[in-house]
Amino acid sequence: MATEEMEQLVRREYTQGFVTDIESDTVPPGLDESVIAFISQKKGEPQWMLEWRLEAYHQWLKMKEPSWAHLNYPPIDYQGISYYSAPKKPEDRPQSLDEVDPKLLETYEKLGIPLHERAALAGVAVDAVFDSVSVTTTFKEKLGEAGVIFCSISEAIREYPELVKKYLGTVVPQGDNFFAALNSAVFTDGSFVFVPEGVTCPMELSTYFRINAANTGQFERTLIICEKQAQVSYLEGCTAPQRDENQLHAAIVELVALEDAYIKYSTVQNWYPGDEDGKGGIYNFVTKRADCRGDRSKVSWTQVETGSAITWKYPSCLLRGKDSVGEFYSVAVTNGRQQADTGTKMIHIGEGTKSTIVSKGISAGNSEQSYRGLVKIGPRAKGARNFTQCDSLLIGDRSGAHTFPYQEIGNSSATVEHEATTSKIGEDQLFYCRQRGISEEDAVNMIVNGFCKDVFQELPMEFAVEAEALLNVTLEGAVG
Amino acid sequence: MSATHTFLDRLEERIANRRESATTPEPSWVTARRQAGAARFEALGFPTRRDEAWKYTDVRRISEGDFALAQDADFSPSTAATLVLPLDAIRLSFVDGVFSAELSDMASLPEGLGVEPLSRAMSTNHESVGGSLGRLAGVEFSPFTALNTAFADEGAVIRIGSGVVVEKPILVQFFSRANAQPVMSHPRVLIEAGARSQATVIEHYVGEEDAANFTNVVSEVLLERGAILSHYILQEASLQDAHIGSLHVDQGRDSRFTSFNINLGGALVRNDLVADLNAENAEANYYGLFFAQGRQHVDNHTLVNHNAPHTFSNENYKGILGDRARGVFNGKVIVKRDSQKIEAHQSNANLLLSDRAEIDTKPELEIYADDVKCSHGATTGQLDEEAVFALRTRGIDEQTARGLLTLAFAGEVMDKVTLDTVAERVERAVAGKLPERFNLGDLVDVATADQA
Repeated sequence: MATEEMEQLVRREYTQGFVTDIESDTVPPGLDESVIAFISQKKGEPQWMLEWRLEAYHQWLKMKEPSWAHLNYPPIDYQGISYYSAPKKPEDRPQSLDEVDPKLLETYEKLGIPLHERAALAGVAVDAVFDSVSVTTTFKEKLGEAGVIFCSISEAIREYPELVKKYLGTVVPQGDNFFAALNSAVFTDGSFVFVPEGVTCPMELSTYFRINAANTGQFERTLIICEKQAQVSYLEGCTAPQRDENQLHAAIVELVALEDAYIKYSTVQNWYPGDEDGKGGIYNFVTKRADCRGDRSKVSWTQVETGSAITWKYPSCLLRGKDSVGEFYSVAVTNGRQQADTGTKMIHIGEGTKSTIVSKGISAGNSEQSYRGLVKIGPRAKGARNFTQCDSLLIGDRSGAHTFPYQEIGNSSATVEHEATTSKIGEDQLFYCRQRGISEEDAVNMIVNGFCKDVFQELPMEFAVEAEALLNVTLEGAVG
Repeated sequence: MSATHTFLDRLEERIANRRESATTPEPSWVTARRQAGAARFEALGFPTRRDEAWKYTDVRRISEGDFALAQDADFSPSTAATLVLPLDAIRLSFVDGVFSAELSDMASLPEGLGVEPLSRAMSTNHESVGGSLGRLAGVEFSPFTALNTAFADEGAVIRIGSGVVVEKPILVQFFSRANAQPVMSHPRVLIEAGARSQATVIEHYVGEEDAANFTNVVSEVLLERGAILSHYILQEASLQDAHIGSLHVDQGRDSRFTSFNINLGGALVRNDLVADLNAENAEANYYGLFFAQGRQHVDNHTLVNHNAPHTFSNENYKGILGDRARGVFNGKVIVKRDSQKIEAHQSNANLLLSDRAEIDTKPELEIYADDVKCSHGATTGQLDEEAVFALRTRGIDEQTARGLLTLAFAGEVMDKVTLDTVAERVERAVAGKLPERFNLGDLVDVATADQA
């Protein structure tokens, strides 16, 4: 096969790597109580929030960084990271798009996400997080009419303290794990969504996370609450500019679904994966968890992971309500020297709970990818049902694909199925396409897209298009 | 003082007492190896639930137990006769780890086959064992292999010469007695299969109903080019016994290793199977069946290392769990870098018969080459009610229907068993253990009569 062409494409520069120069309001690197107090003060938070953060910080001090993942990276210096960075003039927020810093808008243009256009055309409300402060929120009024609250978490802490207090940390407790504790101590922003009883959110909610300002960690915290019979679809997309220094990202996403509620959470993650030697690139340590508290509630995670140097991410569902449903659809693509250890946890606690896991991993170049999943059926989960399918596609003989599925089954009426395969793109498949005049490049794309179809069709329309394009860019010509 | 130290000190003292009576001193390499094993065990200590490999298995039953060492091999031949496999076989017997010439039968060994107890092999020509013993199962593998290395003084040495086809199965029997004080044994089994040889080896663990001993066995199997070996572990120990075993296999070019790992007895059971496929066209097949009830705990860990291109592995484990039993399955396939053209398949299916039974299964793949076909699957469930119904419509009562379906579930693995005596014994045992306890014996007898 055309090796040169392949190499050319594999070596393709990260097209979304650029740095926007906005003067940041940044604290010096290091973490102690005063930094946490500074963050809390900067955000205008009440006293209880500061105490909550400090509690998390003290737990974090006692914890050790986990080492069980199939990942290999140099030790992170937590004192070498700056824990706060915000675009200038945080008090003086723009009231509409016209007031937004034109440089920021330009950034979005370069990313191919023209904010206003997209929002208007697609009917998507965008809570764009630029670095750590929400810069603009659109369609607020329309959402307000429906009674949906969609704002930054900082705003929620100020405006709806009772709601935040009631739910924050109830799905991912402060001391849940090392990175969760760190996030709980220093999170700077993120989104807050509250959908009241019986309301179906009139539009898909979307936040574009951007990492900017060299040397700052990004600690987002998202909290979504769906009351009884409420529904929401939330889109999260990420890209980041190219740089040399590793950036730590430790986010938390908490979802709470009450009776008959439905939350759909979709992610396209395309952070900078590092250069061809694996230098630079984002370290992505994320804790995502959904709590299906109510009977018949449903949470669906869909993710397309193409970026980051290191991914450590296990979106999970606690299926507590009777007949509650958890779903996890994932496509993870690694190339170059990327490493991903990702998967899900489905904890079946209630009767008649169901979960579906479909995970597709594609590893190319020198990358390493692991699926790590847990399906746990508690003794009370009568008639619980799980189906898991995780397939890996290997491209190139230097890549690795691993599966570590844990199943802990404590109820005889449960049915749990797990299937996994690992293979490469078949020569016969390629040949079949080639003899019909399809170029090798297109054939590979077709096959890979077909491989991922089960997951892509779970994505909202506009995301699916983006995801397919992203996949093609990442993998084009990587087959030999 | 920790459980590990208490255990080790007590054991060392007992071993010293026993060795004082020995006439010839041990060769120095044996002493050195024992010291290394003891040191390693001391450093590692008993595994805890914090160790990933022992996440689901608690060994306190062993670490907190007080086990003596058996002094003799006295065992009533009539009791033994009720326990042994009715096979025309070459027999090597151990009672609580002590060799019993009386219960062994090595009279007519075919030419090119050597079968002897480890103690005899060591006293007659220890150099010939020295090279291969401990080559595959190092002290690093687990605290229990270290413990075995330190204290093994009996076992089986089986050597099959090049091109030798052994017709009769070689049966290594381990009897466990109902002792006033529980005993422990650390047997070591060494199997060397020469080029193009063929043989069947059975490790049979069985004992008196009230036995409550601890067996810690390590087996090492070397397959030279083109060797074919069928290896059985038939573990039918008493329901109070603790059984820890590890089997380490080294496969040469074109060799084929087939393992049957059948676990029906034991209170606490842990088996580790490790096969290294070191040359092209080597093939490993793992078949396993475990049936646990009461509060039995059965843990099977398997590992296949595809170290060379064009190697194949296939694995099928079935578990049946009733009452408050707990089963653990951990299957791992590792494909090394540049080991291309690999096929590796793995499957684990479990049947839960009770609400309080638990299974923890983890089929893992670690793959560093791209031209591979690997798959694994794990399922857990209960009997298909529609299948039960289908049998009921044909006039079969519910108990028999459930019994038959459970047997059919085990059948997929048992079908691979080529020794009818073993297959039949296991099927009867499984049928006898079912909650419905229907009388399969009658069915089998009827079927046999029909055939005749």
